[in-house]
Amino acid sequence: MKVLEPLIFEQSAEGRTGVDLPELDVPGQDLTALLPEEMLRQTEPELPEVSEVDAVRHFTRLSTFNHGVDTGFYPLGSCTMKYNPKVNEMLARLPGFVNLHPYQPEELTQGALRLMSELQDDLAEITGMDAFTLQPAAGAHGEMTGILIVKAYHQHRQDAKRTKVIVPDSAHGTNPATAAMAGYRIVQVPSNERGGVDLEELRKAANEEVAALMLTNPNTLGLFDENITEIARIIHEVGGLVYYDGANANAIMGLARPGDMGFDAVHLNLHKTFSTPHGGGGPGAGPVGVKEFLAPFLPKPLVKRKENGKYTLDYDRPLSIGRVRAFYASFSVLVKAYAYIRGLGGEGLKQASENAVLNANFLMSVLKEPYHLPYDRVCQHEFVITPKNLKSYGVHTLDLAKRLLDYGYHPPTIYFPLIVEEAMMIEPTETESLETLERFAETMIKIAEEVRTDVDLVKNAPHTTLVSRLDEVAAARKPDIRWKKSE
Amino acid sequence: MTNPVELKYSKDHDWAKVEGKVVTLGITDHAQESLGDVVFVELPAVGDKIAAGESYGTVESVKAVSDIVAAVSGTVVAVNEGVVDAPDTLNNDPYGEGWLVRVEADDLKPLDNLLNVQQYEALLAEEEH
Repeated sequence: MKVLEPLIFEQSAEGRTGVDLPELDVPGQDLTALLPEEMLRQTEPELPEVSEVDAVRHFTRLSTFNHGVDTGFYPLGSCTMKYNPKVNEMLARLPGFVNLHPYQPEELTQGALRLMSELQDDLAEITGMDAFTLQPAAGAHGEMTGILIVKAYHQHRQDAKRTKVIVPDSAHGTNPATAAMAGYRIVQVPSNERGGVDLEELRKAANEEVAALMLTNPNTLGLFDENITEIARIIHEVGGLVYYDGANANAIMGLARPGDMGFDAVHLNLHKTFSTPHGGGGPGAGPVGVKEFLAPFLPKPLVKRKENGKYTLDYDRPLSIGRVRAFYASFSVLVKAYAYIRGLGGEGLKQASENAVLNANFLMSVLKEPYHLPYDRVCQHEFVITPKNLKSYGVHTLDLAKRLLDYGYHPPTIYFPLIVEEAMMIEPTETESLETLERFAETMIKIAEEVRTDVDLVKNAPHTTLVSRLDEVAAARKPDIRWKKSE
Repeated sequence: MTNPVELKYSKDHDWAKVEGKVVTLGITDHAQESLGDVVFVELPAVGDKIAAGESYGTVESVKAVSDIVAAVSGTVVAVNEGVVDAPDTLNNDPYGEGWLVRVEADDLKPLDNLLNVQQYEALLAEEEH
């Protein structure tokens, strides 16, 4: 049954309350005597007045309108919406972790510091780096931290001519945004016909003005760049550094290490690859790892193991770029990552990556017939298809995405990467069974068939959801996001 | 929509119209078609310098945010505020009301690298395959 839920404000009735407060049994205070006048509001706040049960029903109903990894398949490419074991949630909620206070003295937080120290070491081993900071709050924040480290390194060498950062055209938008925020000019290099970096163009762009190259490998097409060591060599030869965007680490975790490929700095998205649910706005964590020569520039404090075996927060780091976040990190995310890594172990991490790659290649091999596959080669944890072969029916990727909603799936990422027209980017993740993948593939095949036989069914989708197509244009041009009491 | 013969076109789907030293810049019909409904346009201010081959603004659609690349270097002498206020103008009339900026060019030479309408349409046909 399709029932739209009214806003909680629309369910409000004057004077109705959720709780009955007892009579005041202490002397009343005059607010105007306690607070300066400019802090006092002149009008009553417009808050909804509802009973407890109505509030509970409202939010419970809203929660059932949502689609999450716990309710269904969620192949949102580039985002790694994988299932995260609930045991890691339980561990992050252990009272000893939850009740920690960041101002507690070190002798009372040895367990937490040890966890952080060991996680730093584990992430360094997984990525082939020498030192890690856990501070950054998410992926883009990690990138920013990494590029500020690069900048500090060049400045420390008194090399002022480095004004550019090279970014491939397949990059996540956060890469050029990060470099621009750090004050660099962006030089974009095109992809070659195999979807990797065009080496000739890279050689042309590489000169002594280059501070760094930012690269995701596998890239946003889900393809591993086999030329990676040559790419790193070209940049190193002109004195630039090579930065690894770890957004796609889900394909290589335990199998290949950015440090071995020639990268100098890397960030990981713990909330994608290392078991923290995401998509709800956080918190995430984007630790940054670097090679030894960049370690002095890492943010401070760093967790350090002292000679007596005790752990401490090391602030004595004169070359550090400083703090990038209040306190120490998104600590509960670190606990989940630690639990995930230790739970799976080296072999388990490897298997997770292998399964992610296997699942993606299985779906790709089934879907390349009913759809168009722009780069036909073995993929990593995700791949990009398009409905180019169905173009004559006037159908767009958006229509296919909407039709998938009717079958209970969260659509894949659409219209990204930008270098593929009408892109549809599918990342099944490692936790899905063969049966789930087969059902999804059958649905995709069926939708391609529907396009041929009844294209309007697809173009007007979704039909079974609570609301059909929303006016995205009006929402973007004239956003109306604040409730106001109608006069 | 037909691509006007009097314009010059870039491989990035931008167009340029030359009138003396003043060059009007915009994006092509194919560009607006691929972008989908445009919701936001960001342009430089009058007096700003722009450089050939570099981004001078952005166009945001419901699908993506794209850079607009300048075909010439020069000083911005006029900005189409109409398209900033009503971004759908870009979708409806990319070659007319949807022009973006007018630039007094430092040098008209870079325009020689642009395509004429036949070359541009050949490029579009090639991209189809």
